[in-house]
Amino acid sequence: METLEQIKARIEAALPSAKIDIVANECPAGERSLLVDAANGFLIAKFLRDDAQLKLDYCSNVTGVDWPDKELTEKTRVKQVVDGVEKEVEEVNKTIRPGYLEVVYHLYSMALKHGPVVLRLRTENRADQTHLPSLTPLWRGAEFQEREVYDLYGVIFDGHPDLRRILMWDEFVGFPMRRDYIAPDDFEYEPTPHDEVLVEAKKHYPVEPKAEVKV
Amino acid sequence: MIDEGLKSELQKQGVYVTSLQELYNWGRANSVWPLTFGLACCAIEMMAASMSRFDLARFGAEVFRPSPRQADLMIVAGTVTKKMAPLVVRLYNQMPEPKYVIAMGACAISGGPFKQGYNVLKGIDRYLPVDVAIPGCPPRPEALIHAIMTLQEKIRNQDLTGPNRPRHLNAEVDGEYPVPAYGEHDLEPPKNPEVWQPPIMTRK
Repeated sequence: METLEQIKARIEAALPSAKIDIVANECPAGERSLLVDAANGFLIAKFLRDDAQLKLDYCSNVTGVDWPDKELTEKTRVKQVVDGVEKEVEEVNKTIRPGYLEVVYHLYSMALKHGPVVLRLRTENRADQTHLPSLTPLWRGAEFQEREVYDLYGVIFDGHPDLRRILMWDEFVGFPMRRDYIAPDDFEYEPTPHDEVLVEAKKHYPVEPKAEVKV
Repeated sequence: MIDEGLKSELQKQGVYVTSLQELYNWGRANSVWPLTFGLACCAIEMMAASMSRFDLARFGAEVFRPSPRQADLMIVAGTVTKKMAPLVVRLYNQMPEPKYVIAMGACAISGGPFKQGYNVLKGIDRYLPVDVAIPGCPPRPEALIHAIMTLQEKIRNQDLTGPNRPRHLNAEVDGEYPVPAYGEHDLEPPKNPEVWQPPIMTRK
């Protein structure tokens, strides 16, 4: 199979408006992925499926990832004159990277027996602009998995034929796999609490009357 | 009540004496019909228990019925999710009296390894009266057989009169339990306070 750089170059030649990044991966496997913009996501995926050299006809896996707002700290060394002496002082710049939701597709080719090509799409933010193009019209197998990502993360897939909750019940409100989801407080009986459960269970402990101090 | 010594002496002479209660409960205990009903991996052990190697038929409990109308034992075999819990309670309500519940495995007892999940019920005893609980993850088929023998012991010793008589002999009690509704984050109500109250624990 071609390298990701070659694939990227060929997509950009076919679709000039496409914005593609290659996301590095620091883990030992080093599986890199293509980060594509949501607006061209569907056309890029269609290109990957229909291209004669790639023929990525099989979408094996759809994953949702929640990236909350992250505080980035950047340390820079600046030379300053303090009390007439020149000193190196560390300056810390803090910036907040806004959060987003990400959907990862693993694509393989059954016809040419190669893969995977990892495709990532990111939403604008985590609150109101959580739309992404659905790839179910291209790979029918993505239907239930996109429903699951919608159910648990709240990504709205435009063009999905039947976007309903699949694991949680229909009356459920919220998206339980998001990092900031607060589960219902039902820790009234925890025989062996520890860590976070202990903190939650302590709210239900009866208030013990304090021993009277005799003076 | 007949004296046990006299009873055994009479048996040696070929005379069998019993009470109606013993005879009635003997028949009931040896013909428990479980509901064909599995929720997770514990159900695999339940299937194994009913097949030839472990042979639940030796205890008269091999007739698994696929309809709650024909069953009198519910083996809650596996994780009860919050989405499934109302259906489990409804199935129980559809079973005729007398009916019994075995909570099989850590999940059915307490939620097990998924206890802190957002979608798992922390034990079916929050909605249904559990007669026998089997620990294990999953319990071995022998453990299920032991649970059925424990249940048979319970049925055999049940008084047919008095306050603890079986529900089908007590016109004042109906065997229906309220089915919880789906709420925005949890089931409504999250537990049936008539069946389950959090045990009071002394903490240090």
